[in-house]
Amino acid sequence: MSDNRRVRGLVRKEFLQILRDPSSIAIAFLMPVFLLLLFGYGLSLDAEHVPLAVVVEKPSAETARFTGMLQQSRYFSPKDFASMRDAELALRTHEVDGIVHLRASFAADLKAQRESGIQVIVNGVDANTARMVQGYLGSVWALWLEQRLQATGQAPVVSIDHRIWYNTAVSSRNYLVPGLIAVIMTLIGALLTALVMAREWERGTMEALMVTPVSMREVLLGKLIPYFVLGMGGMVLSVAMALWLFHVPLRGSAVVLFASAAIFLLAALGMGLAISITARNQFVAGLAAIITTFLPAFMLSGFIFDIASAPVAVQAVTYLVAARYFIAIIQTIFLAGNIWPVILPNAAALLAMAGVFLGIVVARSRKRLD
Amino acid sequence: MLRRILALATKEFLAILKDPRSRAVVIVPPIIQTLVFGYAATFDLNHVAYAVYDADRSAISRELVERFRGSPVFLENKMIAAAGDIAPTVDRREALLVVRLDPGFERNILAGRSGQVQLIIDGRNSNTALIVLNYAREVINGFAMSRQPDQTLPGQPVVRAWFNPNLESRWFIVPGIIGILTLLVTMMVTALSVAREREQGTFDQLLVTPLRPLDILLGKSLPGLAIGFVEATVMVLIVTLWFGVPLRGSPWTLYIGLAAFLSSAIGIGLMISSLSVTMQQGLLGAFLFMVPAILLSGFATPVANMPEWMQTLTLTNPLRYFMVILRGVFVEGASLRVLWPQIWPMLLIGSLTLVAAGRLFRRRLY
Repeated sequence: MSDNRRVRGLVRKEFLQILRDPSSIAIAFLMPVFLLLLFGYGLSLDAEHVPLAVVVEKPSAETARFTGMLQQSRYFSPKDFASMRDAELALRTHEVDGIVHLRASFAADLKAQRESGIQVIVNGVDANTARMVQGYLGSVWALWLEQRLQATGQAPVVSIDHRIWYNTAVSSRNYLVPGLIAVIMTLIGALLTALVMAREWERGTMEALMVTPVSMREVLLGKLIPYFVLGMGGMVLSVAMALWLFHVPLRGSAVVLFASAAIFLLAALGMGLAISITARNQFVAGLAAIITTFLPAFMLSGFIFDIASAPVAVQAVTYLVAARYFIAIIQTIFLAGNIWPVILPNAAALLAMAGVFLGIVVARSRKRLD
Repeated sequence: MLRRILALATKEFLAILKDPRSRAVVIVPPIIQTLVFGYAATFDLNHVAYAVYDADRSAISRELVERFRGSPVFLENKMIAAAGDIAPTVDRREALLVVRLDPGFERNILAGRSGQVQLIIDGRNSNTALIVLNYAREVINGFAMSRQPDQTLPGQPVVRAWFNPNLESRWFIVPGIIGILTLLVTMMVTALSVAREREQGTFDQLLVTPLRPLDILLGKSLPGLAIGFVEATVMVLIVTLWFGVPLRGSPWTLYIGLAAFLSSAIGIGLMISSLSVTMQQGLLGAFLFMVPAILLSGFATPVANMPEWMQTLTLTNPLRYFMVILRGVFVEGASLRVLWPQIWPMLLIGSLTLVAAGRLFRRRLY
């Protein structure tokens, strides 16, 4: 069929163009590797060896047991300070992130069963880290308390046994790396296509294409197929790195993962094409692609910030971000497994988005010169 | 000479602002994004969906459940009737936390033994999981204290947080958004300015005019500087007036930091631009710089959590310094003297890249 031949010709032309201008290859293959390497190592929310000032006003066996536990915790690297004044200065200059203050009356208060808090001061500017430090300190204290009660033969009222499912090591890398794949693929999908259509318009080659017997549908297919192949190639590379370099467990099936990635890529490429066709100008297309893809995929997708905590109006905005659905799918497939009640609705949403974007593209790409 | 530079700057402004669509993408999105991201980008949790599996069904177990219900952070989702329903509830993300109380909870407490509480937390997002665990612990500790009013929990840490007593992560994140969006706008304006002329062939014409490379450099820098200042000012107003983040330091310190940051962003943008032959390359170059610069700036994940070699690498990232300045001036009220170690590296990056850009103008790299 001649129709097929034309599409094949266009695909070949696009591939040749990709091979000759290495920037597209760079986007599809080098970018995922480079970005995933950088961010896989660089992004972490696990605060370890937090520098902590410890001020013990009157050392005793009780205080030594507590500071010893701090020393053992991998979350802290405690430093002894002689006075609160020195410790506060260190906190102010960001030399330490927190102060643990055991007052002179600490041991006596404990013996007399008086209220005797361990005084803690944290630098609250980075609230998340401050809260983590607070949580880690809480665990150290709980452990200390438990041992102390055991020694006296008492039992605490409640003993808490917590299980963190899917990520028992509580390593933030395990969820950040799959999320990064989604963010990176959003970028690549949109960037690959956003520029190509605008480029044809600006260079006038779109007009040349219009006078040929090629239909607009064929032009679009000719654009979509090569970039889809490139994008899936980037996806395979990223997943391989996640598995073998960052050792993220893959608990679901690879087939489901790549099938949903294919749907997501269609949505991302469709969005890029839609931007590109609407803008018809590389400056506007490029800027619009960056504004509508990278930052929303980073901030509004549940990649790092929990969506459920945002106000309802902002949550509504997140439904327009394709990465949101893909991140829900990819985090679940990697860490929890093939959980259909999570995968299916999100995949359906992605399919709908791909349909809408490609619909916009078809509707707006008449053979017409305005 | 000044007239020539101004003429070039005017031409640059027109190139960016005369097209209504390109005007719209430069001006509107940063303002909308400041608002939307300001609300979305937070590590604070509220309305956490949780479920309860209470197999004890006693007065004391109900008392504990009541405490969760009373907490502003937790939003009850459902009561689980059978233990077998716990796994599907977590799997389907219907609840982030399941509180499991097995039979014997009340009996144990009344007998002076420990009542067992199991917390099952969805760890797909480990940061959220840890925060939920902390909140849940607080609720349960509160319950434990109420059961033994005569006995205090010895040595329970009393935590005070400096600068941000309620530990609102918005105070940390929202000033950072100013840095990100200022970088974005400045880079977009400058990274394409030389590349556009190269692609259209007008750069050669520019080179044969009496303008010296330094003049071209200045003329091309001015629009980025002006647009960067104006956008940043609008965002500072939104952050303080709309989001209510305190601006404790002096605005002058903030603007000196901003000027240093803009010089480095413009320098990098112009360098990328003069290295690229087509706009696509310029755009990609800007992008390849911007994405890592934003993600590795300490905006969301602290620089201190990175491996050593990467912390060293981030010393070349101007946004890293500007983040410290933004948070220092806004939340800590830091002075210029305290922030100087953050300012000079940006000025250094700015002058090195501007010199490099000026040298690259004459050279065509194919």
